[in-house]
Amino acid sequence: MSGSALHHILTVTVENRPGVLSRVAGLFSRRAFNITSLAVSPTDDERFSRMTIVVDAETAPLEQVVKQLNKLIPVIKITEVAPSDGVERELMLVIVKATPESRSQVTELTAIFEAKIVDVGYDSMTIMVVGEPDRLDAFSDLVKPFGIVELQRTGRIALPKLARESTRLRSVKTARG
Amino acid sequence: MKLTGAQALIKSLEMEQVEVMFGLPGGAILPVYDPLIDSSIRHILVRHEQGAGHMASGYAHATGRPGVAMVTSGPAATNIVTPLCDAYMDSVPVVVITGQVAYSVIGTDAFQEADTVGITMPVTKHNWLISDAQDIPRIVREAFHVATTGRPGPVLIDLPKDVANTPMDWYWPEKIDLPGYKPNVKGHPRQIKDAARLINESVRPVIYAGGGILKAGASRELRDLAELTGIPAVTTLMGRGALPDEHPLCLGMPGMHGNYTAVTSMQRADLLITLGARFDDRVTGKVSTFAPGAKIIHVDIDPAELGKVRHADVPIVGDVRTVIDELIKALKAERSKSDPPDLAPWIAQIREWQDTYPLKYTQEDGGPLKPQYVIERLRDNTPDDCILVSGVGQHQMWASQLWKFKQPNTWVNSGGLGTMGYAVPAAVGAKVGRPDRMVWAIDGDGCFQMTAQELVTAAAERIPVKIAILNNAYLGMVRQWQELFYEERYSEVYLSPDLPDYVKWAEAMGCVGMRVDNADDVVATIEKANAVDDRPVVIDFRTDWREKVYPMVPAGSSNDDIILGPEFGEGGR
Repeated sequence: MSGSALHHILTVTVENRPGVLSRVAGLFSRRAFNITSLAVSPTDDERFSRMTIVVDAETAPLEQVVKQLNKLIPVIKITEVAPSDGVERELMLVIVKATPESRSQVTELTAIFEAKIVDVGYDSMTIMVVGEPDRLDAFSDLVKPFGIVELQRTGRIALPKLARESTRLRSVKTARG
Repeated sequence: MKLTGAQALIKSLEMEQVEVMFGLPGGAILPVYDPLIDSSIRHILVRHEQGAGHMASGYAHATGRPGVAMVTSGPAATNIVTPLCDAYMDSVPVVVITGQVAYSVIGTDAFQEADTVGITMPVTKHNWLISDAQDIPRIVREAFHVATTGRPGPVLIDLPKDVANTPMDWYWPEKIDLPGYKPNVKGHPRQIKDAARLINESVRPVIYAGGGILKAGASRELRDLAELTGIPAVTTLMGRGALPDEHPLCLGMPGMHGNYTAVTSMQRADLLITLGARFDDRVTGKVSTFAPGAKIIHVDIDPAELGKVRHADVPIVGDVRTVIDELIKALKAERSKSDPPDLAPWIAQIREWQDTYPLKYTQEDGGPLKPQYVIERLRDNTPDDCILVSGVGQHQMWASQLWKFKQPNTWVNSGGLGTMGYAVPAAVGAKVGRPDRMVWAIDGDGCFQMTAQELVTAAAERIPVKIAILNNAYLGMVRQWQELFYEERYSEVYLSPDLPDYVKWAEAMGCVGMRVDNADDVVATIEKANAVDDRPVVIDFRTDWREKVYPMVPAGSSNDDIILGPEFGEGGR
């Protein structure tokens, strides 16, 4: 799901109205662009929603995608987050087989990944992992031998990385040459 | 003031200064047809919903104002999908209103229910499903704004029957609040300066003028630019008439069936000044070999067109009229600093091509009637401001090649989608929009059979359009491809010259019907048709089925491999 290093992340602010998701998704399929992952959520302003769309860089010339998206009336703003410039997170829920014998091993992995056991059954448990998509991949690989009953991921969300330097400091430095 | 949703819709259309709409009522739109009786808006009752859509488009082409069509739900909505797609491809401002089943039963497969908004999403600039009668004035205002501004295009409003019957408090919105829609009309000053510098350095420049010139009303500005610089211009299929054909700098139509000079001047150019055109595959031929030595200035209101097909050295997003005005200023400034290069050798080369490779055909005395001959006689025996409409196929290409367009917005045709059957309804729409003008449609026999029923509409409404059918008894363009590229294996292209009998059919529809089968009778019959102004006229011209459209660049080939045709000897090169 997140294996490809060549992907674009677009965070798209859209009007919070019925049918907007279908317009965005329709545009991607119509122009033969492939969506790798998609997450939609409300923003702090109830008039708008935010979509985080991950596009396979090889199938889609990004410039055209962005321009075509911009033509949709309910699309307000598009920001491209380069993988190196963004903070990406994803959440995964996975039901892993955990018999009384293997339970402690699964619990140990859960602790190492700073994941959380959110439900326990007779011979399985549900674990929640939050992190970068690669980390989620790693966790699912490691628990696979125990047996994965069901797995769900949210698709990633992303925001740009923040500046580390105070802008005031920078302007002082510039002024001094 | 309390109004029903239906009354609010009609009142909103009146507020948008709609004078005429084309439509056909049905179950779900019934509430809206009631207040229409008391409205100032003229309604033209079509015979098929596709006709309503193309009429709206023809009206918009001829007047520059948005065309409006109104039909019911389900099958009516699906029938108008083709005109929507057509208008979308050609950037024509059209507003379509569809009835919808009651909001409360949407999604239950109700009688005549179709997901109209879903179906038309890919073929409209935007569409709306109205869920609250109170939204109607706002949405109508937004719809007209979206259709007519930026890159124009079709929009659709889907109105459920129960919403149309719901009372609302009337208002008219002062402002439009579309935070995601802000077309950029003013070109970037630095880019315009760069463009001026590039123009002032080029020795083989060509202006590539598209339909955007006509949409922006920039014909005068285009002419000013050409005359200031002495740079020749090609006018694309959608841009014919943007510069008068008789202007010495107008080179005519480029592309697959463009004339040799227009095609070759672009191929050899060192600069293409692209104004409201989009590097359509029918213009470029094989893209990798198109205009290989040319730098590109590309002006378009739609940022997505810049760099879509061909990299632009100087991309400019903006309204082409505003940009040309600014460009002219920048050019004058540029020229005060350094003299422009001498274009005389380039113009001389172009004149040589024009003299050596003109458009050619031969009408033999007593020989079969040539379609080109009919078009030229029509051209010479109609007023300068005559609006010419066409369908799609051979007749369309000959018409575009041979007509001398003298004014902008006198050419109405289906370019991008290539919709056969466009001519008759589009001609009706154009004539409704411009009753002061003579409107002729040149149609093919195949095209005519697709939408001829709208001549009943025209006869009933006394809309005197004139239709010239170039009847070669074939789906001529398909036949041409089968002859040239499928070893003359003709598959399902024969239509018969006299089934149907076009004269009787015309008369049955309340039109004057005439037939011409030899060159001697062409002019007299055209004159007879011109004299009729109380009903439509149809002339069945029996033309030579062997005739093909040349020049031709075979699909997927380079424009360098243009075929001139048999008039230029074996091989035609």
